Amino acid sequence: MATRKSVRRASGTKKPKARSVSKEPVATQYLLPAGTKAPDFTLKSAPDQSLSLSDFRGRPVILAFYPADWSPTCGDQLALYNEVLPEFQRYNAELIGISVDGAWCHAAYTKARNLHFPLLADFEPKGAVAKTYGTYTPSAGMSGRALFVLDGKGTIRWSYLSPMDVNPGADGILAALESLGRDGRPATQPPAAGAPAKHRAGAPSARPAARTEAPEAR
Amino acid sequence: MSRLTPPPSARDHAHGPADAPVTLVEYGDYECPYCGAAYPVVKALQHRFGNRLRFIFRNFPLTQVHPHAAHAAEAAEAAADAGKFWEMHDAIFEHQGAITDHDLAGYAAHAGIDPAVITGALAAHTYAPRVREDFMSGVRSGVSGTPSFFINGQKYDGGYDAGSLGEAILAATGGQNRE
Repeated sequence: MATRKSVRRASGTKKPKARSVSKEPVATQYLLPAGTKAPDFTLKSAPDQSLSLSDFRGRPVILAFYPADWSPTCGDQLALYNEVLPEFQRYNAELIGISVDGAWCHAAYTKARNLHFPLLADFEPKGAVAKTYGTYTPSAGMSGRALFVLDGKGTIRWSYLSPMDVNPGADGILAALESLGRDGRPATQPPAAGAPAKHRAGAPSARPAARTEAPEAR
Repeated sequence: MSRLTPPPSARDHAHGPADAPVTLVEYGDYECPYCGAAYPVVKALQHRFGNRLRFIFRNFPLTQVHPHAAHAAEAAEAAADAGKFWEMHDAIFEHQGAITDHDLAGYAAHAGIDPAVITGALAAHTYAPRVREDFMSGVRSGVSGTPSFFINGQKYDGGYDAGSLGEAILAATGGQNRE
């Protein structure tokens, strides 16, 4: 099993280090970093429905790019997020999954796994949105496993790329949401009571930036 | 490395002495086949390390994938209030293919618990908040799937065969197999 922390790569306020960190194919471009305006897009959320990122303006958005429906790690990751969903909703955040699979594939996968959040089809032109966000992996023909947390103004506050075969978990997403405050605006004062104190201080990118300090890089 | 948050406390279901040099914490799902595979491994390691190992089980049910996982977890928590957590935990993992509410009540009866206590707790979701608390503590601690293990508070990312997990525990004991 891969040791997660040594292979993780994140972009906070720092630019990610340009080095190969995994045998698995990784995105050849840098992820859009924190502070960048998230490019808008419109993709199919069902065979007869589309969804635009701008529809969610005013609320935090979690974009979860993943390689493919049905592959084992994706299943675990999306199953985990499906389970954590009520926690994301406490921050009024919308979770959106994106892969290059088509809308019919997403529909079957959503039904089979009982998913309660939209999966968008970055299908035609293939991977166009993934390319915009810097998550596309040409050698694999799929998006890498990348996470973005956007604030209510549509600005990326946290982004993170995990190796293809490693489930990144949800702790980084929750820490990023906490740093935004409940309404999706940057927290200028401590969040409402109930939020764990350890995540209150510091810039939104404080924790992810710390993660870029992989042990072997020290 | 991800740290276990919160650390072990009296709230946890623990097997083994509180002052054992190694505490192994598992986040598990009673309906997960991989957790079922890990169950005899943990048993063997408890036997191997004896009083040098404390084992703690926390709930991490993926309820949308495993339809019986939430009730199994709640039933084990209900059994804990009757002082029979490990009896229930073991019975469920030893019969992973049969964990309907009816089955769970049967395992409770076998452990000497009034099955009505279990069915009542399941109907009232008495222990659902406690199970969710465990789940969220796992999420916060970096658990992304089951089973996930922590050795003395550090997330363990190696394999969970008896060899790999045993080596990691042995290293944490400082090399002593048994007292």
